[in-house]
Amino acid sequence: MEPIIRVEDLVKRHTRRGLWSRVADFTAVNSISFSILPGTTLALVGESGSGKSSLALCLAGLERVASGRIWFEGRDLAALGEKELREVRPRIQLVFQDPANSLNPRWTVEEIVAEPLLVQNRVSRREGDARAAQALERVGLAAEYLDRRARDLSGGQRQRVAIARALILEPKLLILDEVLSALDCSIQAQIANLLVEMQRAYGLAYLFITHDLRMAAHLADEIAVMSEGKIVEQGAAKILQGLRRSEMRSLVGASPLKPETLGEVSQR
Amino acid sequence: MRQILEVRDLRVAYGQRDGGVWHALNTVSFAVAAGEILAVLGESGSGKSTLAASLLRLLPGNGRITRGEILLKGADVVRMSAVQLRQVRGSGVAIVFQEPSLALHPTIRIGMQICEVLRAHGGLNKRERSVRARDILAKVFLNDAERIFSSYPHELSGGQQQRALIAQAIACKPALIVADEPTASLDSSTQREILTLFLSLRDELGIAFVFITHNPALLSGFADRVLVLYAGKVAEVGPTHAVLSSPQHPYTQALLRCLPQVDGGGAVRRNALLPVIGGAAPSLAVLSRGCVFEPRCEDRMEICQIRDPAAAMLANRHEVACLKFPA
Repeated sequence: MEPIIRVEDLVKRHTRRGLWSRVADFTAVNSISFSILPGTTLALVGESGSGKSSLALCLAGLERVASGRIWFEGRDLAALGEKELREVRPRIQLVFQDPANSLNPRWTVEEIVAEPLLVQNRVSRREGDARAAQALERVGLAAEYLDRRARDLSGGQRQRVAIARALILEPKLLILDEVLSALDCSIQAQIANLLVEMQRAYGLAYLFITHDLRMAAHLADEIAVMSEGKIVEQGAAKILQGLRRSEMRSLVGASPLKPETLGEVSQR
Repeated sequence: MRQILEVRDLRVAYGQRDGGVWHALNTVSFAVAAGEILAVLGESGSGKSTLAASLLRLLPGNGRITRGEILLKGADVVRMSAVQLRQVRGSGVAIVFQEPSLALHPTIRIGMQICEVLRAHGGLNKRERSVRARDILAKVFLNDAERIFSSYPHELSGGQQQRALIAQAIACKPALIVADEPTASLDSSTQREILTLFLSLRDELGIAFVFITHNPALLSGFADRVLVLYAGKVAEVGPTHAVLSSPQHPYTQALLRCLPQVDGGGAVRRNALLPVIGGAAPSLAVLSRGCVFEPRCEDRMEICQIRDPAAAMLANRHEVACLKFPA
């Protein structure tokens, strides 16, 4: 099967600007390569500052890369101009960690979900609203939520709205940047189930960015571990069992997956 | 064991804009022994942050303790005057908040922020305060305490900011620290460092902790006991191992089932659907007559709609508020 997206030697640098001049380049993503097949999930795990979110923004075409290629639908996104990128973007959608910040609190759910369609100038207002109702149903929210405002929703409901907004453009790849981290455990389980069901139904590919290894192993076909801008470990989800690199070990040791490592310190 | 904190029949209500009342905490009772770590586990809306604020009488303007006692070393915090409260906050009980970047003053150096706490509680001159602040920072930071002393909050990472906040909390040697989701904004290895720091503070200084969290995965090997809060009431409280490995309350059981399962080899069941808790948490605008979990409970009985369960004592200090267990 052809991968939905193939990334080759991707490099992203941020330039830190001083008051008077350019100060230094910081390499956030350092020569990364991977690919994702349709209908599968790649989990990207790593500590804060390891470059996960920079990578996400590059793939979504929201940040320019320094070098490397991003193959999607036979084209190299890294080489495309703004106009062509706009044509591709609907099929790569991002969902962020905190729906309280990524949704406009004063807009109604209908406005939020239909907006991407209207921005793309594809449909009339009326059709947009009908499609919004459809998208909402797909994420398990009844039509009565269409008139509610984002600020009146619970965290789990907001995250469903954010996912509906991403789905309405019928993407092929969803980039999920810590979408479960801000939610309660019981709500995490509901949204995780929604992701699994959507993948089965629509054959979506996911890039699931997280620092929760347990959830990564639950949702992903493949796991890549990032550290200091590089992928230091990559393989089938069961690589959790055969840990080689120390970064991976420290991450796992620290994660909820192996709570007993904490037991050693607690001996009084 | 000597009790540092004893909460008896605590009830807290918030006045609503529409004139109604939101009963955030109801008949909450528990105790914390000296040097003990009690974890309060609850989801959003369970009242866990209200509980944290109540223990220091830091409730927002529309919040009120309507009944009950909060005995801190025997003195009732609920009935203290403003002067007594100021003495007890910091030196009797201190609080660590979730978001250290908001809790620290952005334009004052870390060292000065600790000196300020020391000055508020009096007894030291300027030089002594500065020496003492360095001592405190050295307890919390392994080697670069001197650099941290003269740093501004924005120059520190999230984990370092949280450590600075903890340094502030221990400055006046409190017997109890209330930590409200102190690790929620940190990544997993920093989380672990902070938990390890709490354990060493407990061991060296004998500080007890009320550790508030929504994440059950943090607690094993860290907390001594776990208190599970649901809709403003204590569902279950007991030794950590007992509550996490053989939960007795139907809510705790359902909550722990929501986590992805890890089998013996460390592998996880891939891509299956996780069990979820049906329904939603109840409105606390009206107090229900029966058990608050009854509408969502898989084991509900007829009597659960009528009678509010009292805590039943099982073996090994494990208490469960469920009518399956006769009180």
